[in-house]
Amino acid sequence: MSQIAYFDLPDVGEGLTEAEIVSWKVKPGDTVSVNQIIVEIETAKSLVELPCPFAGTVSQLLANEGDTVNVGSHIIAVEVSQLTAAAASSMHEAVGEAAQAVADVASTASVEEKPQPTLVGYGVAAASASRRKRSGVPAVQAVVVNAAPATDLIAVVPSGDQVLAKPPIRKLAKDLNVDINKVRPTGLSGEVTREDVMAASQVASVFKNQTTPEPKSEREERIPVKGIRKAIASAMVQSAFTAPHVSIFVDVDATRTMEYVKRLKASADFAGVKVTPLLIMAKAMIWAVRRNPAVNSTWTDTEIIIHNYVNFGVAAATPRGLIVPNIKDADKMSMLELAMALEQLAATAREGKTTPADMQNGTITVTNIGVFGVDTGTPILNPGEVGIVALGSIRPKPWVVDNEILIRQVTTIGATFDHRVVDGDVASRFVQDVASVMEEPALLLD
Amino acid sequence: MTSPDSEIPMVQLLTLDGEFSAAREYAEYAELIRELREADFLKFYRDMARIRRFDNEATALQRQGQMGLWVPAVGQEAAQIGSGYGVGPNDHIFPSYREHGVAITHGVDLMSIVKMYRGANHGGWNPHETRFHLYAIVLGTQALHATGYAMGLNFEGRVGTGDPENDLAVITYFGDGATAEGDISEAFLFAATHNTPQVFFCQNNQWAISSPVGTQTKVPLYKRGEGFGVPGIRVDGNDVLACYAVTKKHMDDARGGKGPTLIEALTYRIGAHTTSDDPSKYRDSAEVEYWKARDPLIRFEKFLRNQGVGQDFFDEVEAAGDQLATEVREATFAMADPELEMMFDHVYSEPHPLIEEQKAWLQGYEESLGGHTPETPGDDSVSYGGTR
Repeated sequence: MSQIAYFDLPDVGEGLTEAEIVSWKVKPGDTVSVNQIIVEIETAKSLVELPCPFAGTVSQLLANEGDTVNVGSHIIAVEVSQLTAAAASSMHEAVGEAAQAVADVASTASVEEKPQPTLVGYGVAAASASRRKRSGVPAVQAVVVNAAPATDLIAVVPSGDQVLAKPPIRKLAKDLNVDINKVRPTGLSGEVTREDVMAASQVASVFKNQTTPEPKSEREERIPVKGIRKAIASAMVQSAFTAPHVSIFVDVDATRTMEYVKRLKASADFAGVKVTPLLIMAKAMIWAVRRNPAVNSTWTDTEIIIHNYVNFGVAAATPRGLIVPNIKDADKMSMLELAMALEQLAATAREGKTTPADMQNGTITVTNIGVFGVDTGTPILNPGEVGIVALGSIRPKPWVVDNEILIRQVTTIGATFDHRVVDGDVASRFVQDVASVMEEPALLLD
Repeated sequence: MTSPDSEIPMVQLLTLDGEFSAAREYAEYAELIRELREADFLKFYRDMARIRRFDNEATALQRQGQMGLWVPAVGQEAAQIGSGYGVGPNDHIFPSYREHGVAITHGVDLMSIVKMYRGANHGGWNPHETRFHLYAIVLGTQALHATGYAMGLNFEGRVGTGDPENDLAVITYFGDGATAEGDISEAFLFAATHNTPQVFFCQNNQWAISSPVGTQTKVPLYKRGEGFGVPGIRVDGNDVLACYAVTKKHMDDARGGKGPTLIEALTYRIGAHTTSDDPSKYRDSAEVEYWKARDPLIRFEKFLRNQGVGQDFFDEVEAAGDQLATEVREATFAMADPELEMMFDHVYSEPHPLIEEQKAWLQGYEESLGGHTPETPGDDSVSYGGTR
């Protein structure tokens, strides 16, 4: 009997979560024997050669050289002609369990909505990691993704590195693409703290080019499309080519919003909480949704589902790529609760700890492109949603008030809608409502 | 490069070419070898080859996701097999975590070692049956356990009576790294002052993970006990006959009431510290080559061939090794996961409310997970690897 056997990437260290495929020693069609070295991998700790657990013919390599693979993922498929008695018995068990798992998934799927793609994210890939799932909860949601691996996996620090920092902090800096040597340390012993790294990451290169590299010698570079970039691409294509997008813009005098933000920052209730114009924007959108419910809905081809709650999505540029986590039931939150939720969401995203559950079931999204210093854009809808709003940069500009040119804090609100659901009149009213709050936040007292 | 310092005397009975040759001052050790029969020599070789084959298979199984960790002992077979057979059948052995070779000299089932490193239990052999106590993962603690046990033998009058049925001794194994732990010094002190029936067997494999022995001590390790009153001797740890003879002599002496001895076996860890370690990051390949040329199996094979042992024997040993590897592989794949409740069973000998509460909580938690859901493809296939 011939059969396909898979070799899953093992944890060759103690608690490693991933490894990079360095080089394959076999190719499809090759005959392999038990314990023959088939691949070299590199973990956070070392280069390791992996021996094949079974004999047979290589049917497929399931990871490319250079790929980073999660522990537990199939890396090679081997056609095995005969399995030993022990291996065969454990195989039957595995097949039995697999059949049961398939049955479970099937029965779950029949009562649940079609799974929504998250806009992007490592969540998609990590959902297949071999974590156990709590029963009665949609599978994907229950998976906890800890993109920052355990803290004991730090590579040896190069000699000559004089910066003081604990290994987890070094790891965090590495994950966030922050050069720890350039972080200003504030620790008691002159060490770099978590807060220092987080602060540095806010000005990290993902938000702004900080240096101009030397011109490269090669004329072209080829970057494999994989991981989060692949997920972003497929979600964008799906969204852009299924939903007819319509975008509208409005300029708005946000001076009072800026004053309101300043007052909130100074108030005792908001002490220690981060208050930004995005908070007022979020409140404005939630308020406007109540007045224009159609923008907070989902198109399913057979019906339009109007959501009478707001799972408020925020597009976040993280060092690992763009992700859109959302704040569940944001409409039930007070200003203070919403401020804390936004701060938490940003911190979680920046640390790479956003879970697939955090990115599921959003109803409307804001993208704060103003932090990049640009005025507006035409955002693409997060799949499953029909509205997305872009908040541009807010800066002093000439503005006409009572026939006089004054210097006001001006911004542009850009918004995109799914025209299958939202027509121009509703879209315009919604954007006007959002703009009116930005102009006069007192409307929120309504 | 770390290599044996030729100025330091060391008991060696086999030259690198496998010639039996004892310096005059080691005549009493050579005498013990003359009492051995051919079957004993063959047994030494068979067990060294067997444990090396097992070790390599276990390393492969770890790389295939079948064990959480493996601690290879390749290169230290002579120190372990030789000393293991130098220990009397009723004596007690307190190992560290790398003494797979010593384990097989006292009837420990190899699969119970695999079981432990797979995480299926905390050491599945019964020390009352094998006299080989459980592996000590915490460095150096076993020396104190051993010394305490040896003190107990004194208190019970199990030492120096001259009755072979009654008298016992204790041996404890540790590495060069553990000598830097306070536990070892404390054990020396109590062993010396209580004149315990005990041997401290230090396998100096030159590396405490990535720290060379030179950073662990300024004096040769066999001298470490002197200040406490424990005399020491250095033996060529890659010479199985020397390891056997030196261990046997000092265990016999201990059993006879002559007190504790420290034996430093000079050897080398050919492999990594554990499967989580990459020694190429910190040591020179020339050093590894130096020691590979001193491989204990090669040296003893030369000795046996010099004695007229034929190729048939070596073929038979190799075939037996492959058979063992297959059996270990199959048994590992077939090994069942332990029941979760097991972890609570041996915390207290009697029911304990806190343990009961934790057990109930865990059961509830597990039920909420709805049992184990494997991540498997739906087709007719099988997966190996991943996490155990």
